[in-house]
Amino acid sequence: MTDNILKIEGLCKDRGKTRVLHDVSLTVSPGERVALLGHNGAGKSTLIKIVLGLTPANGGQIAVAGHKPGTGAARAATAFLPEAVSFHPALTGREQLKLFASLSGEKAAIVGLLERVGLGDALDRRIGTYSKGMRQRLGLAQVLLGKPQVALLDEPTSGLDPISRQDLYAIIDELAASGCAVLIASHALTEVEARTDRIAIMRKGHLVANDTLEGLSAKAGLKTRLRIRATQSADDVASQIGGTRINGASVEILCNADQKMAELRRITALGEAVADLEITPPRLDDLYRHYAKEAKQ
Amino acid sequence: MTRFLAIAGAEMRILQRNRWLFMATLIMVLFALALTFAGSAPTGSLGVDMLTVSVASMTTLSVYLAPLLALMISFDAVAGETDRGSLGLLLSYPAGRGEILMGKFAAHLAALAFAMLIGFGSAGAVAAYFGGAGPESLMALARLIATSILLGGVFLTFGYLVSSLARSATAAAGMSAGLWLIFVVLYDLGLLGAVVVDAGGYFTRHVFPWVMVANPADAFRLWNIAASDSVALTAGMTGAAQALPIWAAPLSLAVWPFLGFLAARMAFRRVEP
Repeated sequence: MTDNILKIEGLCKDRGKTRVLHDVSLTVSPGERVALLGHNGAGKSTLIKIVLGLTPANGGQIAVAGHKPGTGAARAATAFLPEAVSFHPALTGREQLKLFASLSGEKAAIVGLLERVGLGDALDRRIGTYSKGMRQRLGLAQVLLGKPQVALLDEPTSGLDPISRQDLYAIIDELAASGCAVLIASHALTEVEARTDRIAIMRKGHLVANDTLEGLSAKAGLKTRLRIRATQSADDVASQIGGTRINGASVEILCNADQKMAELRRITALGEAVADLEITPPRLDDLYRHYAKEAKQ
Repeated sequence: MTRFLAIAGAEMRILQRNRWLFMATLIMVLFALALTFAGSAPTGSLGVDMLTVSVASMTTLSVYLAPLLALMISFDAVAGETDRGSLGLLLSYPAGRGEILMGKFAAHLAALAFAMLIGFGSAGAVAAYFGGAGPESLMALARLIATSILLGGVFLTFGYLVSSLARSATAAAGMSAGLWLIFVVLYDLGLLGAVVVDAGGYFTRHVFPWVMVANPADAFRLWNIAASDSVALTAGMTGAAQALPIWAAPLSLAVWPFLGFLAARMAFRRVEP
């Protein structure tokens, strides 16, 4: 779909004299899940705050469902999950969600929503008694209020156990399937990998990559890593097939994806000298490191 | 409109849950009763009923207590949300910042009004039962309750202002304490010093009353004293009250909540969660 629900063009932001966002352009279309990755202080949260209208931009254009950020229409179309969200401890989950529902003018099925995020048993308990994961789930429940067109999730998996994380991604998938544009700012690289349609990487306020995982891999030209464990001497193996010896027993070879089979044939030809072989294709971690460190090289 | 009510409702529930409403009411009742019984001695010599004396003592009490209680609820209003990280989320909803502040103000003012009404009301009832009351002293009691709520409202808005300017709830608490000290204690001490130095000159006769009435806490005191001769008699503060036109103190106390709310609204506009 070419009709982008979230459109960011040439966004710049200064904090004092330092420019924290440099000419960032990013679009998300309905039903698309985009991961926004970057180290601490790369500008992810600032970008989200500008889209929410919480802080003004110093240059560039943003349209949220066709409206300027911070306007009533833009806020009504947007759902937000802040990083490490917390609520007033004296209210119950049901009361907090009811407050959010009346603020957004929705008549939502609050009990159903809380059951959907796994808080069905805790809806009349005070939030002060909730665990961190439960507060995060409550935060997610308010994202689901009133069918948002754009969802901005800042570190949604922080503090969640692996099962809760799976639940969270299932809910995000549902959200996207219903036509919501989802932008997930995250450090949890390996999890975002399987769950997003596109990956945007930020470094020091610059958007350094914005593509699908395959596209990014191809552009980066990252090598597949083959680790061979020798039966007897790693030096012998290394001298026969090349590569670097990394400890007494193992040798490592880096090769491009298209040379992988040829390398494998050479290794199997060594016969008994090879005890074990491990193949690691380039992962999001490597890709991320590649893009995040690009400037230093 | 429904958004403002939703916020007010949630705030009211929070004040009930964290026992603030209960504690504030208890404090008001205890102090008001203690003053009524302790202050009943001069009744005979002044020739006024017990309720009048009680109102005079409670006026002095309220100058200190109403601002303190108000600041105690309001200092956390913005800074607390920032600390919890919930302000950003709240502001991402379609409710405007003015609506949020107004909702909190309505709930906090209602809680304050409840505490004042029960506290002063019960003390007034006790005084009337034991020492008698007339239409004038009942009027003075009603005026005390209404102006105490107004004074509390002024300091609620001051609390929001401080809460928006401070970087954390702890800093907001410290600034609130400072604000209380300035308006309730130091301002009067400074004026007293100036009057002593001036020794009955132009400043004392023409400038001093206006400077005094500009402070909401003093305006509260002056209003309660000027409006009732017998209260003024027992409080021994007729001089300053007579130097001013009758409308000065009510005007000051009526304008301050708006000024305070406006200032708080401006400061809140600049808050970046």
